[in-house]
Amino acid sequence: MSSPQTLSLTVNGTRVRHFVEPRLSLADFLRGNLGLTGTHLGCETGACGACIVNLDGQPVHACLMLAVQADGLRVDTIEGLSEAGTLADLQAAFHARNALQCGFCTPGILVIAHDCLGAWAASGTIPSREVIRDALSGNYCRCTGYEAIVDAIESVAKARAGRSDPQPGGEAAI
Amino acid sequence: MSAAADSPGAGRYIGRGLPRPGARRLLAGRGRYTDDVVLPRMLYAAFLRSPYAHARLGAIDVSAAAAMPGVHRVLTGADFEPLCTPWVGTLSHFKGMRSAPQRPLPTDKVVWAGQPVVMVIAETRAQAEDALEVIEVAFEELDAVVDLDEARAPESPVIDAGAPDNVLFRTRIEAGSTANAFTAAEIVSVDLRFGRHTAVTMEPRAVLADFDPSEGRLTVHQSTQTPYQFQDLYARHFGLSEARVRVIAPDVGGSFGMKLHLYHEDMAVVGASLLLKRPVKFTADRMEAFASDIHARDHRVRARLAVGPGGLLRAIEVDDVTGVGPFSAYPRTSAVEGNQVVRLIGAPYRLTDYRADLTVVAQNKVQMSQYRAVGHPIACAVTERLVDLAADRLGLDPFEIRRRNYVTEDMYPHTTPSGYRFEKLSLATCLEKLHTLMDYPALRAEQAALRAKGIHRGIGIATYVEITNPTPAFYGVGGAHISAQDGCVLKLTPAGEVSCAISITEQGQGSEAIIGQIVAEGLGVDRDHVRVLTGDTETTPSGGATWACRGAGIGGETALQASRKLKGRILEIAAAILQAEPGTLDIRDDAVTDADGAPRMTLREVANLAYYRSDLLPPDVSPTLTVAHHFAPRGYPFAFTNGIHGSLVEVDVETGFVTILKHWVVEDCGRVINPLLVDEQIRGGVVQGLGAAFFEECRYGETGQLLNGSMSDYLVPMACEMPDIVIAHVETPTLDTELGAKGCGEAGTAASSGAALNAVNDALRTFGADIAQLPMTPERILRALDVI
Repeated sequence: MSSPQTLSLTVNGTRVRHFVEPRLSLADFLRGNLGLTGTHLGCETGACGACIVNLDGQPVHACLMLAVQADGLRVDTIEGLSEAGTLADLQAAFHARNALQCGFCTPGILVIAHDCLGAWAASGTIPSREVIRDALSGNYCRCTGYEAIVDAIESVAKARAGRSDPQPGGEAAI
Repeated sequence: MSAAADSPGAGRYIGRGLPRPGARRLLAGRGRYTDDVVLPRMLYAAFLRSPYAHARLGAIDVSAAAAMPGVHRVLTGADFEPLCTPWVGTLSHFKGMRSAPQRPLPTDKVVWAGQPVVMVIAETRAQAEDALEVIEVAFEELDAVVDLDEARAPESPVIDAGAPDNVLFRTRIEAGSTANAFTAAEIVSVDLRFGRHTAVTMEPRAVLADFDPSEGRLTVHQSTQTPYQFQDLYARHFGLSEARVRVIAPDVGGSFGMKLHLYHEDMAVVGASLLLKRPVKFTADRMEAFASDIHARDHRVRARLAVGPGGLLRAIEVDDVTGVGPFSAYPRTSAVEGNQVVRLIGAPYRLTDYRADLTVVAQNKVQMSQYRAVGHPIACAVTERLVDLAADRLGLDPFEIRRRNYVTEDMYPHTTPSGYRFEKLSLATCLEKLHTLMDYPALRAEQAALRAKGIHRGIGIATYVEITNPTPAFYGVGGAHISAQDGCVLKLTPAGEVSCAISITEQGQGSEAIIGQIVAEGLGVDRDHVRVLTGDTETTPSGGATWACRGAGIGGETALQASRKLKGRILEIAAAILQAEPGTLDIRDDAVTDADGAPRMTLREVANLAYYRSDLLPPDVSPTLTVAHHFAPRGYPFAFTNGIHGSLVEVDVETGFVTILKHWVVEDCGRVINPLLVDEQIRGGVVQGLGAAFFEECRYGETGQLLNGSMSDYLVPMACEMPDIVIAHVETPTLDTELGAKGCGEAGTAASSGAALNAVNDALRTFGADIAQLPMTPERILRALDVI
């Protein structure tokens, strides 16, 4: 244990400055110091994916980083991405398809799915279901059995590529 | 793309595949789970855990820990003795059952590796963990009881010094004479082993207790599915007034049965808050979860089946031995799973004779108790493996042998040899529907063609019968304070909207969504105008909550009956104002209407009047627009459901790896309230069952150490390993309720491992190989193939 250090970073578009112990993880900082409890801790060993946030636009496990390592960088959490509307179509597809149950893994999956959708769009490809399943290989979900998550991501990939499928999962739109 | 179709008999809302209103909040990262709750002056707990599976406790030196920065208290077993009465995990209807008394922290010995021994309470979790490192405990290691068979051996160490042996419970079920039935019959037999696995909820257990001594009030935020049960336990064991104990289950990140058992840490946290008079929080980390959440299964089942002429199944004999940890879990015991195994084996079939023995033994491992589908996967796998072996012996197709032997339509109501009573099942209908859904003949043709090319596919099916909608026959009759009824308080608000507080709880399965649909339909209002509240003992009526597939069937019926009651009140008030007979009025689209649907006044007008202008009501008409209603199932002790799974796998006979290609489920949970949610319950359940079939196992070393207690070492099914799952429904509503719904939460888990077991064995058949142990790891498959 050593004395607190200054940490200055941009979280969800807002500059924040805190004194933190060097041993504090980024996940604990986001949850405890900033109250951003949408970032979840499922294993604290980088296996389950529930804590994934964007660091300078790239998904990282917030449980595997120290908060001080994010000094000077930009962090976007589920709260910020959600309020910015970045994930709106993905969230709508997850809702319509019921691609979540308890919701604990969901923020991490949304961040990963958003990143992959960007990469697929950039390369002009529409992912197969196998590719989507593979892309989720760092995210555990214990409730859904994954199929609905794959369905939701697949429908967004197609919709973003201009090949929209009918809204899955029943009559109600979000 | 798969999407659930509406139920054929769908109403305005009941039967429709509508998304869950509450899911939007979770999608926005606005969920509030127990660990997210922060209270003023809150302290954090951490536990020193036993490194030994079995050891005598010597001196504990906490002086250095108590002096560490931020530490407020260090507590050991003795600190809780005056506060908390011990608990014993037995039920009186399990005759002869015994289990050692348990306390928050041990005082004389530890009985599993990972048992909490010392509790540190500090200003941060990190400070509490720092202090754990300087605590000194003198452990004197004892021989550990680890292996299931050795635990029963006469020379085995005995875990509970006051007991003659490690057997906690024994029972025998006998109907007819199996001895006669096995004479001159074809006999097939199995010796199946089912590994221990565990729930691995994404949100680990968390509890936050806040005692206010000025009023003697205890508020506990807890990640659980049964808040009323915990309210009762905390009040009774700490001698508090039940009315002053409030348990709040906020968003719960998965439970699957695991979070309805009492854990030592729960009692320690409540006790610490009582002692420190401040909020105390404990959230298990993942290592602690593996080392202290209940495990499930751990059975060795030897069974044999007698088959008569014509391929008719006659009798089954069973010997089930299950290892449950050092004591029986509380308050539901660790005997329920075994009890359900021996009562469910053979259930779908017309058997004349049956005998089953169950032995529940103690071991120095994590406690074992109810987890999703309690006993069903074991009973299903044993039965369906036996049936497939019989089919193989007689040269019958797996579909044909089942067709010949199911309980038939004319036999209902039917009582099984083990004493379960079925109102009505749809076994043959589901079987034929699965045959079509899988395109079974085409799969067999494809299998044969690929076999010629050295590709070994297997096709397996497994029938299940599932226990849902339990009456007090489950726990209440055994003396447990676990309710089988539910309560609902329904209110028309002054603005004419509906507030529904109900005792079933939400863990993501959609309890709140279906209750909203039922109330909206029952009352005749828009679903968006119904707000459903759950998970708080102070704001909802007491009831059973959520377990054993009871939410839709019992909670749903409660909500439906409550909505009828409130509708009656609304119409009585409206009739008085409109000078009409209540019987000539109805409610549609949030308005009181004539019988023909012509609107007379809106619900807002009725509510405004009753709340603000009650002077306009006749003196004999009450302005009450809040109703409370409780419903307890009183017909059959359980509403049994049924269904069948199909599994298609491909086995690489060189590496032992299995690719799960596809899975099918035909299920009958009675009236479907929301097919979208039912399908997702089934899919999630199937994947948990496939986890047990292929991946998940809590592995122990010889000294009782858990060897794979982390998410990197314990294999949970991942997206890339799981197949698409095709689901079809048959609806046989129960006539015990108006709603007709039964449960569906266990249906996916109940038979997916059994279907997979039959599928892998079907693939291995040409090699004369047989696998009889779950999970079916590559190593075990290669051993079965005699490759290693």
